[in-house]
Amino acid sequence: MVKGRIWRISGPLVVAEQMHGSMVYEVVYVGEERLIGEIIGMQGDRAFIQVYEDTSGLRVGEPVEGSGDLLSAELGPGILGRVFDGLQRPLSDMELIVGPFVERGVKLPSLPRDKKWVFRRNTNLRVGDKVRPGDVLGTVKETELVLHKIMVPPNVHGTLVEVAGDGDYTVEDAIGYVDVGGGRKVELKLMHRWPVRKPRPYLSRLEPTEPLIIGQRVLDMMFPIARGGKAAVPGGFGSGKTVLLQTMTKWARTQINIYVGCGERGNEMADALHSFLKLKDPESGRPLAEKAVFIANTSNMPVAARETSVFLGVTIGEYFRDMGYDVLMVADSTSRWAEAMREISARLEEMPGEEGFPAYLGSRLAEFYERAGRVKCAGSPERTGSLTIVGAVSPPGADFSEPVTQNTLRYIGTLIALDVALANRRHFPAISWLISYSLYVETLARWWEKRFPNWKAMRDEALEILQRENELMEIVRLVGPDALPDSDKLLLDAARMIREDFLQQNAFHPIDAYCPPEKTVGMMEVILTFYHEARKALEAGVPLEKIRALPVRAKIARMKEVEYDKFPSVKKELLKEIHESINSLIGGGAAA
Amino acid sequence: MSLSVKEVRKALSAKGSLLLVEAIPGIRYGEVVEVTLGTGETRLGQVIDVSRDVAVIQVFGGVSEVNTKAARVRFRGETLRIPVSLDMLGRIFDGLARPIDGGPPILPEDWADINGAPINPASREPPSEFIETGISAIDGLFSIVRGQKLPIFSGAGLPHNRIAAQIVRQARVRGKGEKFAVVFAAIGVTYEEAYFFMESLRRTGNIENIVAFINTAASPVIERIAIPRVALTTAEFLAWKYGMHVLVVMTDMTNYCEALRELSAAREEIPGRRGYPGYMYTDLATIYERAGRIRGKDGSVTQMPILTMPDDDITHPIPDLTGYITEGQIVLSRDLHRKGIYPPVDVLLSLSRLMKDGVGPGKTREDHYQVFMQLIAAYTEGQYLRELSAIVGTESLSERDKKYLAFADLFERRFINQGEYERRTIEQTLDIGWELLATLPEEELKLISVENIKKYHPKYRRKSKGE
Repeated sequence: MVKGRIWRISGPLVVAEQMHGSMVYEVVYVGEERLIGEIIGMQGDRAFIQVYEDTSGLRVGEPVEGSGDLLSAELGPGILGRVFDGLQRPLSDMELIVGPFVERGVKLPSLPRDKKWVFRRNTNLRVGDKVRPGDVLGTVKETELVLHKIMVPPNVHGTLVEVAGDGDYTVEDAIGYVDVGGGRKVELKLMHRWPVRKPRPYLSRLEPTEPLIIGQRVLDMMFPIARGGKAAVPGGFGSGKTVLLQTMTKWARTQINIYVGCGERGNEMADALHSFLKLKDPESGRPLAEKAVFIANTSNMPVAARETSVFLGVTIGEYFRDMGYDVLMVADSTSRWAEAMREISARLEEMPGEEGFPAYLGSRLAEFYERAGRVKCAGSPERTGSLTIVGAVSPPGADFSEPVTQNTLRYIGTLIALDVALANRRHFPAISWLISYSLYVETLARWWEKRFPNWKAMRDEALEILQRENELMEIVRLVGPDALPDSDKLLLDAARMIREDFLQQNAFHPIDAYCPPEKTVGMMEVILTFYHEARKALEAGVPLEKIRALPVRAKIARMKEVEYDKFPSVKKELLKEIHESINSLIGGGAAA
Repeated sequence: MSLSVKEVRKALSAKGSLLLVEAIPGIRYGEVVEVTLGTGETRLGQVIDVSRDVAVIQVFGGVSEVNTKAARVRFRGETLRIPVSLDMLGRIFDGLARPIDGGPPILPEDWADINGAPINPASREPPSEFIETGISAIDGLFSIVRGQKLPIFSGAGLPHNRIAAQIVRQARVRGKGEKFAVVFAAIGVTYEEAYFFMESLRRTGNIENIVAFINTAASPVIERIAIPRVALTTAEFLAWKYGMHVLVVMTDMTNYCEALRELSAAREEIPGRRGYPGYMYTDLATIYERAGRIRGKDGSVTQMPILTMPDDDITHPIPDLTGYITEGQIVLSRDLHRKGIYPPVDVLLSLSRLMKDGVGPGKTREDHYQVFMQLIAAYTEGQYLRELSAIVGTESLSERDKKYLAFADLFERRFINQGEYERRTIEQTLDIGWELLATLPEEELKLISVENIKKYHPKYRRKSKGE
């Protein structure tokens, strides 16, 4: 291994000399305490190292040792329900060793080494078979919710010369050998390692034609996200970013959820951990933590590790995608990672781009977001999996023109723009219907319309009503609402119903927190039916006041709280009541 | 320890608060140095960059009067530590924890690194214990819980210091006789402000529960970088070693950020927004994130930083970055202040993110959250109607609308407004809220459950009392 010496220390950046033979992105151990760092550049025999731990107390001349390895994740059973830092050190185990504060220089295995897992081998696979990367060797039931598939690691091709039978194994026990030719045998274990900066291979990419159902009406109906898609959630402070992201990880219909807290609040992370243990998966009734992985690098932990926490999250996501699962990864917040890049870049004295961010900000963001996708997985049996990425962005002063937001928009398909003004009015989720968009609407419409024929027409109409409301409100602000004709006033009423009775959703209400697709579409149908019928009545000469006084409106407002299984019958009754009450108004008006 | 002390006898250059010296082997990044001036005076400094050739030292107290030829720089071989002790309670210190109240020096129980260590997120206990400040606007609408960091966003000339002093005087956790302490850090404030705080703390009579650190506007700028960390180190010692519940009040964080900018400019760093360094978010986070609770430990650190928004602009980098880190904010309104409302809390811009977990049955009262939601909703409606009536006049408003207009006025005058020495229990606060809600038609109280209306609405209460 390469052994050099520290030449300069400047915050998280260390320059070492006598480092000939090292490679960029190689992991190195810095100083006598062997702090973990990564080489981010070489110049002659000098290596520029970003150190993932606090560098106070390091001295010029202390040793730096190369590891020969790239920064890699450990992938295998034992990964679910755990909290890792950006270097994949298990934080809950660290607590047992060094107490409640994060200490530096602690080396811990990412996956538990002594725990035995019940391995069931894939009976279709026999000794002598040719194996390729991704072939499923067997399974481990890691939690009640997740069947962990043990796959041949990427880069291993050959003939299976030995495979273990069903039984209990630790992640380091050999469960088989592959003859890779040239007399070389590779040992297979329950776990393997994979460099976090390198995308994991797959067979082919698939078009994102299936929606990721999130159970949030404004997203599923208005601004859908595809499985394997990419979304960004920019929003100023107090606009409810974190609550929305946590809500998405709680309710999205996926098999695996990964939550990366990157440069954010410690108390929030603690709250997320606790609520994931408490909350139950709506389908199985098991704790959500059983299908979740947490990566926590809070704002006061070393900045350089923000980058690794994001890439670690993506790598774990790809690993479960390769098993054929639908995975959602959220990163809160990518702006903090970008700021870390800016800090390191400044210390490297690189030429700055916009607002001091490095010129490669955009390409680095692309490296991250482009790892999302729906794919045909490598190996047999044939399977498809998806990794959906949702990244929060924290624009300074809630100004979306800043570089991180703008660069992110180049790579994402759904923009979920949060509006502080909506949040101040207590409209939650505070998603702006005027700024947000989804590029997936057309491709996903096919999926929706197979189930709900009018999905797209209703969505478009609702957005049009909201857009028209925005124009009318400008007039109202100038001359007051009385100046509008009744038809416009009715439209304002409809817009208000869409906003308050549909778009607003209480993330903490036991029923309203999750809204299944049938209910989402049904609610929209009821609201639009009311609007259409009311317009008919207005045209027939019924005074607006009478329409406004209809008691059915209050019932529409309470649809949110109706339980899922009761909703179809409630919807039927509501539609009936709307038709009847409007007809009687028209009939009554004609009689008078 | 004396073996590790190294000395350099010449400085290469001195500028702003930075001193460049020729590097000698063994200098540690971040270690403390003693700079002895030509005049014999000694100042502390810290190594902020070191290579084989040069060490850059940030000098607390600045480099005025430094004679580069005569200066001596002694490297102490350790990072900046302060003495901590239970005896610090009741005492006043400067920004580097040296007593300035004329009392004896502190006998240290321990020496603590002022940078602390991050709390392991997996070891944190989510904060959930309600702190009663006796101020309706805060307790009723933006409740603080132990372990939270909730700043006050103020403006020049607004009464943030009076509010902070009132909170320090009145804050308590209900029904418990636990150990409570206040750590107060004055960062670059004027002498009058520092004096006001010390006086009002003294008048509460429990000065023995207070540790004060004072850096006035005339003290060296560079000490402002250290003072919040020194205060928090002391708070952590009291909380984690002695199980005390510590409230840390820091005023004014704007001065801290200005010092950070000055320093960054001296280091010739690439400036970020408005000249503040790009790492200001991270730097502030290393201060604010030191609030919290730890599973299995009795104590807590709660923070109430105060900052003045330059030109009342909430999008200015200082309040903006603070708001991204803290768990909510209490924003003061110049309009309300002009109307003579104290405390002038801007209800629509303020927020407590952790309130949800700190209120309700067993903590405050079962109707608390619903009353809070309903009061905000009604006040928002009233505010909207105020704007509308300014254009179209009140005549065109309906009866219902007029009730909301009247509600908004009452809400400001009866609920928000209170005396500087008035302590309201949470029950009193909620009952005032009910009194105001009772001026609205009962069917408008959509956010409150029928059971709570029956139980707490004055109309039904009066009846049940009459029986």
